[in-house]
Amino acid sequence: MALERARRDADFFAHMFKHRRDFCAGGLMILFGLVAAVNGPGYHVGTLTRMGPGFMPTVLGVVLIILGVLIAGTATVEAAVEGEHDEHGDENLLPASPQWLAWLCILAGPFLFIVFGSIGGMAPGTFACVFVSGLGDRDMNWRRALILATVVTVFGVGLFHYLLQIPMPVLEWKSPMQVWWR
Amino acid sequence: METALTDLWYGFTVAIEPQNLMYCFLGVLIGNMVGVLPGMGPLATISILLPLTFGIKPVGAILMLSGIFYGSQYGGAICSILLNLPCHPPHAVTCLDGFPMTKQGRGGVALGITVIGSFIGASWGITEMMFLAPLLVSVALKFGPAEVCSLMLLGLLAGSTLARGSPLKGVAMTVLGLIFGLVGSDLETGAERLTFGFTELSDGIELVALALGLFGIAEFMNSVNQASPVNATYSNVKLKDMRPSWAEFKWAFPAMIRGTIVGSLCSLIPGTGPTIASFVAYATEKKLAKNPQDFGKGEIRGVAAPEASTHSSVQGDFIPTMSLGIPGDAVMALLLGALMIQGIVPGPQLIKEHPDIFWGLIASFWIGNILLVLLNVPLIGIWVKMLMIPYRYLYPSALFFVCIGVYAANNDMFQVGEVILIGILGYVLMRLGFQPAPILLGFVLGPRFEENFRRAMLISRGDLMTFIEKPISAFFLALCVILIGAQIYFRLRPKRSGTAEPVAVSP
Repeated sequence: MALERARRDADFFAHMFKHRRDFCAGGLMILFGLVAAVNGPGYHVGTLTRMGPGFMPTVLGVVLIILGVLIAGTATVEAAVEGEHDEHGDENLLPASPQWLAWLCILAGPFLFIVFGSIGGMAPGTFACVFVSGLGDRDMNWRRALILATVVTVFGVGLFHYLLQIPMPVLEWKSPMQVWWR
Repeated sequence: METALTDLWYGFTVAIEPQNLMYCFLGVLIGNMVGVLPGMGPLATISILLPLTFGIKPVGAILMLSGIFYGSQYGGAICSILLNLPCHPPHAVTCLDGFPMTKQGRGGVALGITVIGSFIGASWGITEMMFLAPLLVSVALKFGPAEVCSLMLLGLLAGSTLARGSPLKGVAMTVLGLIFGLVGSDLETGAERLTFGFTELSDGIELVALALGLFGIAEFMNSVNQASPVNATYSNVKLKDMRPSWAEFKWAFPAMIRGTIVGSLCSLIPGTGPTIASFVAYATEKKLAKNPQDFGKGEIRGVAAPEASTHSSVQGDFIPTMSLGIPGDAVMALLLGALMIQGIVPGPQLIKEHPDIFWGLIASFWIGNILLVLLNVPLIGIWVKMLMIPYRYLYPSALFFVCIGVYAANNDMFQVGEVILIGILGYVLMRLGFQPAPILLGFVLGPRFEENFRRAMLISRGDLMTFIEKPISAFFLALCVILIGAQIYFRLRPKRSGTAEPVAVSP
């Protein structure tokens, strides 16, 4: 008897786990809602007639928390009913083949643009950004990335510095201390 | 009637000014060029090219942006017909018959018909906008803050629930966008909200950073190393292939007209953007046809109807965006945000205060669409070549545009950091089954929603009933309730096979 019940529970949790994507989705929304709703009252909520700056963040935060609960809640219901609910059929949190290296490269690109752009100017920033982010593709080798980065740098500096006159020096040297420790 | 024509004439004098004409031309050309690249939908294209317009005066900037928009849309059609890769949801339908035509060697004809169909659809949409928008404005000018609030609520709900994916998640995204819109100094008191001590955030999250994070970086993370190798065996289209024969044109023409009508009807319902319009047009065409079995095998009408419908509904979407300041979808929100960056307050007063922008825009639609036709005929060979650019060269270059574009918005590296974080968030949201587009809708409308809500409450002395007591506001709220009710009804109703809507193929 107890065994059967335990198995039923286990089945239920297995289903729920299958729908964990919606749980995480709801959870994330609750988290964002909490950030707004917790911070909101600190900005002075006021009354309906005279709303303070904290009114909207609090209200929207609460609404988002409710929505998050609903999203997670429908996941529970659907897990219990076990219908074919997700047309996209993609229940895993990670895609079929996670591209950690590629993701890292894509995110490293803008990061290096900040670093090298701040201390070295537009040309080094661009070169670093394109070179490193390009390495994320599995068909890319360093030689191709090098050529691409050079081409984009030349073209980009020409377009944005000379034609559109964005106020960013092409090449300079600022010591990192000067940029970040002020 | 007559005033509309004189105003239109005025619009043409604005749009034909050499500088504005050049911006329009540049917009269409660059938009088409970027839009044709596989994986670059209109949202990504506009966000990446938005920074190019920062240095231009408002009129030129908005003409260029709208040029970029329909240029990229047409570019997307090329990509979907020749490669079977819809980068923009409305084109998912075009693929159904467009790609089989390409396989039969009639891809050129399909493109030619698309050009004609979209021109007809767009022309009708523009005419509609010319007459309807001033009418809508004269009504909207009487709106008080309560009415504006309810209308915005309707717009937000429609934009988030009728889009792709789960309506609940769509609404959650809109609310998240509204919260993002709150970040920064409060408009009335100047109090800093949700900035977490970053002084750089006191001007709020940068629109460009948000758009590029969600539709740039997140999108690249999603598609890197995922794209199947481009199948370009059939896409050898030459100039002379593009002209449809007279018989083909005569066969496709009624479909274009029907598609146009469907599109303009869809654009009247708030929130039903081009995606739904194209699906409805295709379904109608198939239902009316005497040869439904030919659809999906290269029926030319199956290309003509959805394309005409998409363009007529897109033009229709401009009506609430420009006359009420309430965008129907993320693309319109982005255009509106671009106007706001230029220091122009959207809303019913726009036509009066900036007639050059409004009428110039309408006139430039026509000029831009003609330019699109003229450009695409000789340049089709180049576009076909651009289709072959592999993704490994595309996304690193695009990432550079993202970085420099975000930097150029304020000449501040902090925003580049913002875009990285938003990109990660966008990708996580995508993996969790959210569609990030409504975030932009909420973000752009958020501050104005708050302002109007505060004013309405001040006038009514904190009485929430004011939203129901005013008839126009009550009407909008009733529509909201119907919208939510319908969503719940369709969700709870047991699913029958065969009634399932066609699910948009995501790229």
